[in-house]
Formats: sequence, C-alpha cells, structure tokens
Amino acid sequence: MKLRDLSELAARNLREAILRNSLTTLGVAVGVASLVAMLSLGVGLQTLASDRLTKSGLFDAVFVTSRREFRGPGSDGPRKSSATTPKENPKPLDEDARQKFAALPNVVDVYPQIRFFTDVRFDNNTYSTNVLGVPESSRSASAFDGITGKYFSSSTAEEAILQQDFAKDLSPQPASLVGKEITLRYAERRALSSDEIAKEKDIDAQLDAMMSGGISIVSREKKLRIVGVIESDPSAGIGGFGGGRVFLPIRVAEQLHAAQANDVQDFVRGGGNGKPTYAALTIRVKNPKDVLKVEDAIKKQGFNAFSLLDAARSLRLVFTVFDLFLGLFGSLALTVASLGIINTLVMAILERRREIGVLKALGATDGDVRSLFFAEAGAMGVVGGLFGVTLGWLIGQALTYGTTIYLRRQDLPGVKISYVPWWLAASAILFAVAVSLAAGLYPASRAAKLNPVEALRYE
Amino acid sequence: MPSTPPLIHVDHVSRDYRLGETTIRAVNDLSLEICSGEFLALLGSSGSGKSTLLNLMAGLDRPTSGAIHVQEKNLAALDSQGLARYRRETVGMVFQSFNLLPRMTLEENVELPLRLAEIDRSERSRRVAQALDRVRLGARSKHRPSELSGGEQQRGALARALVNQPTILFADEPTGNLDSTTGEQILLLLREIQDTLGMTIIMVTHERPLAERFANRIAVLSDGKLIDHFAMQTGARA
Repeated sequence: MKLRDLSELAARNLREAILRNSLTTLGVAVGVASLVAMLSLGVGLQTLASDRLTKSGLFDAVFVTSRREFRGPGSDGPRKSSATTPKENPKPLDEDARQKFAALPNVVDVYPQIRFFTDVRFDNNTYSTNVLGVPESSRSASAFDGITGKYFSSSTAEEAILQQDFAKDLSPQPASLVGKEITLRYAERRALSSDEIAKEKDIDAQLDAMMSGGISIVSREKKLRIVGVIESDPSAGIGGFGGGRVFLPIRVAEQLHAAQANDVQDFVRGGGNGKPTYAALTIRVKNPKDVLKVEDAIKKQGFNAFSLLDAARSLRLVFTVFDLFLGLFGSLALTVASLGIINTLVMAILERRREIGVLKALGATDGDVRSLFFAEAGAMGVVGGLFGVTLGWLIGQALTYGTTIYLRRQDLPGVKISYVPWWLAASAILFAVAVSLAAGLYPASRAAKLNPVEALRYE
Repeated sequence: MPSTPPLIHVDHVSRDYRLGETTIRAVNDLSLEICSGEFLALLGSSGSGKSTLLNLMAGLDRPTSGAIHVQEKNLAALDSQGLARYRRETVGMVFQSFNLLPRMTLEENVELPLRLAEIDRSERSRRVAQALDRVRLGARSKHRPSELSGGEQQRGALARALVNQPTILFADEPTGNLDSTTGEQILLLLREIQDTLGMTIIMVTHERPLAERFANRIAVLSDGKLIDHFAMQTGARA
C-alpha cells in the first residue's frame, strides 16, 4: 500500500475511536512532557552554571609563572625543579615572553595581574580601596553584563568602572556617578637600574641603594572618568576580574606603575637588569577546549602553566550524570505511556479482527496490516511528542517563573532554570515516535499474523 | 468433465483442523476441476466442508495436503505474499455478512482493493464509479453501510469484489442474510456479471433450488467429500 493511502487509513482509524486514541496520545504527551521538563531543567541548570563559570574567567584562562622558585599548583614540583641544572638559567617572565604568548594560536589576551591599594578622591572626600586592571578580553567574556552605564570606550581610555558597594560609599545614588570624575592617589614605583646603583661612589652607598630596595616611590594622582557601575563582583579567582572595587583598563593600570605588594619580589626577580618581569601572567584563550594546547605550548617554552580545566571536566561529568538520572526519571513516564499504546492497539486488534480479515481477503499483505498498525502507533507518537514537547516547555517556563518569583523575594536576580534547546525538542519527538513504534511492534505483528478465515469468522 | 483445460484444479485436497485433542477433517481428499467462465454452485449441508473448500480455492486458507492449481499455479506453494497477490489480482470475494467496513462510505469500501493494489487515484475513481454503476448503486456511493439495506450492502460488496477486475468471483452464501426476493436479485446480478464479463463464479449455498436455477454446474459435498457433481440443463436457467 502506498504511504499516502496508509496514512489516510491510519488517520481514519484513529479518528473513529477518538476518545480512546486521544487519551492514549495524551498519555504519550504527558510522558514526553515529563522527560522534556526534567531534561530542560538539567540543561537549564548546566547552562546557568557554565555561563556563570565562563563569566568568572576561570575555565578559559591559563596561569603562567616563571620556573624560578614558584612552586604553586601546576608547577613541576620540587623534584623536577631540582632536576634543572643550576647552570641553566630559567627564562624570565618578561615582556618578550608576554609577546610570545600573545602570538600563540587561540590566545585572546595576555595580561599581568595589576591590583593595588590606593586612595580615591571624590567630592573632596578620600576613600581607600582596591584598584584592579581589567583585560580587554573581559568585554567579550560578558563579565560586565548588567552594568549601569557602559564598558570602557577603549583599552587605553582613562576611565573607571566602580563596584556598586564602593559606589554607594561615594554617593547614595550610584547611577548618578556615571560621567563624573574621580582622582586616584597612588604610589608610583620606579625600579633603579643596576647602572644607577653603580653610579654610587662607594660600595656602602651602593649597598644602601640596594638595601632601600632599589625602588623609588613617588606619589602620583590620576584623574579618571566613571563610565559605569557594576552591581555584582564580576567574580574572582585566578586570572579573574574580581576582587576590585575600582576597575581600570589594564593598559592604563600598567602605565600607572603603581606600587604593588609583590614589587620587592619582582625587583629581585628582575635581577637588577632594569627589564621589568612579571610575577605571573594570565592568558585568556578563545575557548576552554583550547586551554590544554596553550598550556602545553607554554610549558614547552619553559614556564609553569596551570589551568582549572580539570575542575571544569569534573563539573561536566557531574552534569552528565545529573542529566542521565533526570532523563531516566522522565523516561519512566514515557514507559508507562508506551504500555498505554500497547493496550490501545491490542484492544483495537480485538475490535477490528473482522476488518483485518476483510483487508486480507481483499489482498492486503501481512506487511500492509503491520504497516497500518505501525502507522497508527507512530501517529500517536508524533502527535503525543509534539504536544508533550509543548507541555514540557510550558512546565519549564512555569518552573522558571516560580523560581524567579521566589528569588526576587530573597532579593536575588531571577534565573532561567529551564531551557529547551532545539535538539532536546527534536530528540524528544523522535524518542516518542521510537517508543510508540516499539510499543506498536507486538500488536502490529499480532495483527499481521491473524488467519484471515478465523478473523472473518469473528463476530 | 469439461474439455478445455481447467482454470482451477483441486487435486486430492484435505484440510484438517485441530479442536482441542481431536482433529476434524473439514475437506477429505477432494478433487475437482472448474473451467473458465463456469458458474459453479457448491451445495451441501452445514459442516459439509463447502466453505472450507471455497476458502482454500480463494487463497484464504492452505490445504493440509494436496494441491490447488489456479491458472497452473499451485496455491499451496505460494508464500503469504504470493497468496495476498493472488487474492488481490485474481480473486473477488463476496461474503454472507457483506463485510463492508462500517467506518467507510460505500465508495471508500469499493475503493479499498484498489488502494491495496496501488492503483492511481484518477483510475480508482473511474473504476469505483463503473463498479457501482454495474450494481446500480451509483446514487448511494456516499452512504455508509449502516444507511443501506441488506440487498444494497450485498450489491456494494459485489461492486468491491469486481472493482479489481478479477478472473474468479467467490461467493460464500451471498443470499444467506437476505430475503428470497433480494437474494434472487443478487443471483441475477451474478449471472449478468458472468454473462457480460465472462467471469468464473464459484458460489457456496445450501439452497438447492437457487443453485439449480442459476448455476451451470453443481458440486454436492458431504462430510468433506465430493459426493456428486453435475451440469445443469440450459433450460433450467430462468
């Protein structure tokens, strides 16, 4: 029988027992809806978590240090470090190294961590706070989503973004600060070069120069225009953008040469050759999947590299298992629904026994009869699947709505906890059809095997 | 015996049924030849095996032993697909209880064998109209079986049996559920079809007078055996 004829006959049969078939289809729909709702919750929570983690800048970053004496996480440890011959000079983490890292494929940004304590003057008042240099890549990492005002106009703009709590110290209406100026009062450091120390006439004076740190501290001021206020801390962590109260573009922050806590260590690292080195650099890559390659490339260049990718991996594993369980629970309802299909079709065989006999007497093959029952089961699957996906999506929306109301009562921003991606909708419909066809397998084969003479005798 | 090669050759056919522990032989080593264009009536009392024999010849059932050759094809050797094709292309069936599908209109019932034979839609409507006209039911094509009288239903079933232009028409007690006048009208229609289309008709009945009046030949069965068969005089036909 042609497909069109088969579909017409199946549709007619389904229409004839409309109540029973609708109830069976509703069973499938409820099964699919529970599956979709469960999985959409899993996907939604996973999306929410990974979105937050991406914004934190934790999983697309590689943290690089020199191999000199740093034995932090990810370093090769004491054994391997000691394996390095004393004569072999470890590479300094300087501007050259920074340029090399920037040239690596998939690297978006390479920046040092610039964080210093300073005074901020605003409206004739002085406030003490933390300043943090923000890399250009934070613009695309959407860490500053939800900002009042806007992000820095350029990477060299003398602009600042304030964290809301700090902004509240400055003005009870933080939003009104946008466009106004603040003045940073900070300590600029200048490392004296070995030449400058050598100019000292006697050895005592040279020692004095070295003992004083070889660093000169000069008090400076810098005017910055406030362009935005950010409500939440754009997260912390290694290489993250968080922990500051005043954010500047990193290039502006670098040019300030503000004295930082690790300056003395930096000076010693520099070996007194006047060439600035970095205690650590953060490398931001395009995608978390690029992290390993970049990490390897950096290690080959002779530096220590460390990333939190392993943590991200375990997180994915947790979510996969979570999805699996949600899917299993959702599938239970669909399994019950498939029993409903089997029941409906078996009943239909009993009722339509004579009809099957007539069809066979008129020349229908076993395959025709089987296909007819299959088509009916499949149609219930398609309709149930479509309806179920819609229902599941609505349940998800209701969950999101309910959660948002609850979170708002707790003074927390609303989140989208349920998400139905297209692949989930398509897979759910396909799954519903597959389950329905599998449920139709037994009734269809039973109908096909009916003896026409016995079927015609049936009253 | 007919001189032309037989259209159907039933060769030592037996059909057994198991009923619990006992085996019932519905057709017992029966042989019969039917020529093309014949109107054969299978006559016998209830349980004589006439319907079983009809089902075997119509390809609805398989013999336990023996062979049934139709157009020199052994039905017993055909697989289920082959038998379905035989029923679709060679055979038309009319039943005692009409067996029109109640959910479909008369037109759709008549169209059913054409759907199964995958005939084009345009050709289908032409053939359906032709078949319904032949049984004089063109005006009732949109009615459902429940809206038709018994005679109309049987004529509708006849149109459905003819629509695929079969070679052989099998009728199992076609007048069994009809009053005598309507039954006679149906048999007249069968005779007309035999005469105009040259179709071979094999009819099961237990009404001897009707068989004698309309059939060319009568085969009498008892306990699954052919106990008598004879040709009717032309004059016996009315």
